[in-house]
Amino acid sequence: MAHFTYLGVLAFCLLGTGWLELLLRTRVYRRALRLLAAIVPVLIIFTAWDVYAISRNHWSFDSRFITGISVIGHVPLDEVCFFIVIPVCAILTLEAVRSARGWTVGDERVTRTSEDTQ
Amino acid sequence: MTYTELAITAVVLVVLFDLFVFRTSLVKRKVFWVSYSIIISFQLITNGVLTGLRIVRYSGDAIVGSSTPSHHAPPFFGDGRIAFAPFEDLLFGFALVLLTLVMWVWLGRLGVQRTPMAGPPHKLVSRLLRTQDASEKSQ
Repeated sequence: MAHFTYLGVLAFCLLGTGWLELLLRTRVYRRALRLLAAIVPVLIIFTAWDVYAISRNHWSFDSRFITGISVIGHVPLDEVCFFIVIPVCAILTLEAVRSARGWTVGDERVTRTSEDTQ
Repeated sequence: MTYTELAITAVVLVVLFDLFVFRTSLVKRKVFWVSYSIIISFQLITNGVLTGLRIVRYSGDAIVGSSTPSHHAPPFFGDGRIAFAPFEDLLFGFALVLLTLVMWVWLGRLGVQRTPMAGPPHKLVSRLLRTQDASEKSQ
């Protein structure tokens, strides 16, 4: 089970933000295409950073706590999951704050005025 | 480049993307800073687990602080660390989160699933939020 520690932390993040979709009606998972399109470039850039950092030994992983599956350039599967889960959580948080507070984010269909930048 | 140099570069680049490339101007919006302050609180907890348990270890050559010790946890605070993690992780996280949100908002502006928009909250929550607003006003 120790091998799932890293993934367990990510599962905690998904559970911790998942309820926002239901109770704050963030409609992020519902807009799956936009979610996917937003995450892919981030995933590519940060995985590339990870490949470089691991190759230069900036950081390394304790093999007891990760799945042991590598994706590319010694990047653990766990890390790739991180670059998917954290962006999802970030978007859910932004949309939850918008839902709760009604603040503008910048994608509203309005003519841009000074009110737009709150 | 060291992790420190890369992390600072990433933050500068992503802020420039936000302001001048994608023109989402999230760093000028209250909604971003409130969201980010929520995210950073949870980052300190989850990243504290990953770094405190030494699931992820850092080389002293790449960060301002020292290497993750091999037989015990790194300092909770000090030696370039905040909640066990190198402070560079906060810059990394900021760049990751801001870039994600820039992409999300930019796509919405382009018309990629701009709707259905978020909100309003479920009745249970909106009742709670209203109570909170009322108590803020009364203070």
